Amino acid sequence: MQPFQCLTAPACPLPYANIDTDQMIPARFMKRSRAEGYGGYLLHDMRFSSSGREIADFPLNQTPYRNAQIIVARRNFGAGSSREAAVYALVDYGVRCVIAPSFGDIFASNSVNNGLLPAKVGERDGEALIGLLQETHAELTVDLEAQTISVKGISVPFVIDPVWRTKLLNGWDDIDITLSQADAIARFREEDSLIRPWVTPRIRDGAGQTTM
Amino acid sequence: MAGSPSGPRTLFDKLWDSHAIVTREDGQTLLWVDRHFVHEGSFHAFNKLTERDARVAHPELTFGIADHYVPTRRSGRSIDPAIQNMIDQLARNTLENDVLLFGLNDPRQGIVHVVGPEQGLTLPGLLIVCGDSHTSTHGAFGAWGFGIGASEVAHVLMTQTLWQRRPKRMRITVDGTLAPGIGAKDIALSIIARIGADGAQGHAVEYAGSAIRALSMEGRLTLCNLSIEAGARCGMVAPDETTIAYLRGRPFAPAGDEFERAAEDWLRLQSDEDAEFDREIILNGSEIAPVVTWGVSPEDALPITMAVPDPEVISDPSKAAQIRDALAYMDLRPGQKLTDVSIDRVFIGSCTNSRIEDLRAAAQVLFGRKAKVPGLVSPGSSLVKQQAESEGLDRIFKEAGLEWVESGCSMCVGMNGDIVQPGERCASTTNRNFKGRQGPGARTHLMSPAMVAAAAVTGSLADVRRLIEERS
Ligand code: SF4
Repeated sequence: MQPFQCLTAPACPLPYANIDTDQMIPARFMKRSRAEGYGGYLLHDMRFSSSGREIADFPLNQTPYRNAQIIVARRNFGAGSSREAAVYALVDYGVRCVIAPSFGDIFASNSVNNGLLPAKVGERDGEALIGLLQETHAELTVDLEAQTISVKGISVPFVIDPVWRTKLLNGWDDIDITLSQADAIARFREEDSLIRPWVTPRIRDGAGQTTM
Repeated sequence: MAGSPSGPRTLFDKLWDSHAIVTREDGQTLLWVDRHFVHEGSFHAFNKLTERDARVAHPELTFGIADHYVPTRRSGRSIDPAIQNMIDQLARNTLENDVLLFGLNDPRQGIVHVVGPEQGLTLPGLLIVCGDSHTSTHGAFGAWGFGIGASEVAHVLMTQTLWQRRPKRMRITVDGTLAPGIGAKDIALSIIARIGADGAQGHAVEYAGSAIRALSMEGRLTLCNLSIEAGARCGMVAPDETTIAYLRGRPFAPAGDEFERAAEDWLRLQSDEDAEFDREIILNGSEIAPVVTWGVSPEDALPITMAVPDPEVISDPSKAAQIRDALAYMDLRPGQKLTDVSIDRVFIGSCTNSRIEDLRAAAQVLFGRKAKVPGLVSPGSSLVKQQAESEGLDRIFKEAGLEWVESGCSMCVGMNGDIVQPGERCASTTNRNFKGRQGPGARTHLMSPAMVAAAAVTGSLADVRRLIEERS
């Protein structure tokens, strides 16, 4: 996984609350293989009209924001479906950080697993950043070590779970860490099967049907 | 941290403690996963396994279910190759890893969150995950169910564990008695309207109170299902005799003496009397009215007796902008009475409201009446379908003019091709009124099955209580 330390890049304001993962990638694109890249489907129905034309009003379609690697949105970004494809769409488009006052829990953990930083800011700071980006198209600097977002002499703090911060800073993947716990897992399993013998499903041959 | 093993603990703390393998200094805990459900969308995770040359570590705890892409009109029709490929891919991945699959033609097939409980795979005290956000549903049994993304699915497939940080605890208490025609869906939408679609973010929710205790398992499943729409990590109801009675005799649940022993353990899964919650919400059940959504987030919900909100009188500019945007998408006027909103079609189905009790509630309203608009009824599982047909419910739906089809996610998400046409307005028993959720440009109003039936009969959003009164 690509580590995230400090990024200075163009940012795009998305002044909407509740941008859910269905918006980030509509369900109809999810049959496609990741190898094709999901960037083209990012926020598809917000970016494109039903005839496939770009919607000029949409910030990401405007020249200064088109190459954004940072997105600033309103509350509850990434609510809804657990589809990691929403994160793939952002990452494949080139986005490395999303700034918002709150995030869907599953979306946030999916982000971290893909090297995308979900940076949580105060509601007022978020509004200030959106306002500033609408006026000036400035680049933002997101410093994960210092947990600050700065632009033109202004600096606002953001929060992130410390464990996620460490993971992002180092580009760590959980699986290797977990595999090193194999003995503890095996021990747990053995003791647990005595304490909770009912956990293992009773599978009947050709498993019968319920009568309800 | 509160909830240490020595002090009084909440139900959630007990579930947490019984699954913790190791806790790191930084507060991350490695948890044992008891059940893992995979579906067609899990292909990204299986691909990650292939990349690492790994196999499913515990196939006996992993179950595959075809639901998101399955066609609901199966006999004699050819299936879109891209959709068939999704279903075949799941069959291959489960077969290669010795994972039991409830596939397209299995008589037990259905929506994962309906089949798990129905088969007795969902039990109290279990930690259940699935690459689907509505895994919170399983909490109805006093289990800990939550949705995960593809990277986490791959992690569970390879290790049967997950790293988590302990969430905060929230208790939502609903006392009092629900009025006739009011169900779990109305409770859930009332909660979401009150605390917001992100109101329970970072929290494990426990539902308590007399109105919750009085709910059947079907009602509790609906309630816990919608926890995610309030942003919760999970939602749960402590096991009681209703839970035990539902589970007895289920195919994969323990049987005989083993069941009785397990039931004793399960009934002990309760929050201690003086356990503390980080947040408490209290609702009066007798004040809950039938609820419908008017906007594009489940938090945009109001009692059916109300009118569409007016952004001009909202002082918070970002909230006003949110309402304006929702009304434009939904093509509604500020101040318009909700009962004046006419609809184009109805959908009864999804993991939220497609169980037998849901179908009975809708059929009761539809019996002897005609629907003014077309609509689809998709039972939550093939077994629910069978049960409904044995009760004659299918005839009631068909005689009312609705289409009775096979089970699957269907029009909840439109992946199988069942979509609401652009610009059409649908009264739906599903869980998400997001823009385009039921198809590009589709307009969704969420409500209970009885309310959808009422909307079908009147051709507009309607108060089901009026239709119930007409009968008596
Ligand atoms: S019915 Fe809808 S919400 Fe439920 S699992 Fe299927 S797609 Fe998800």
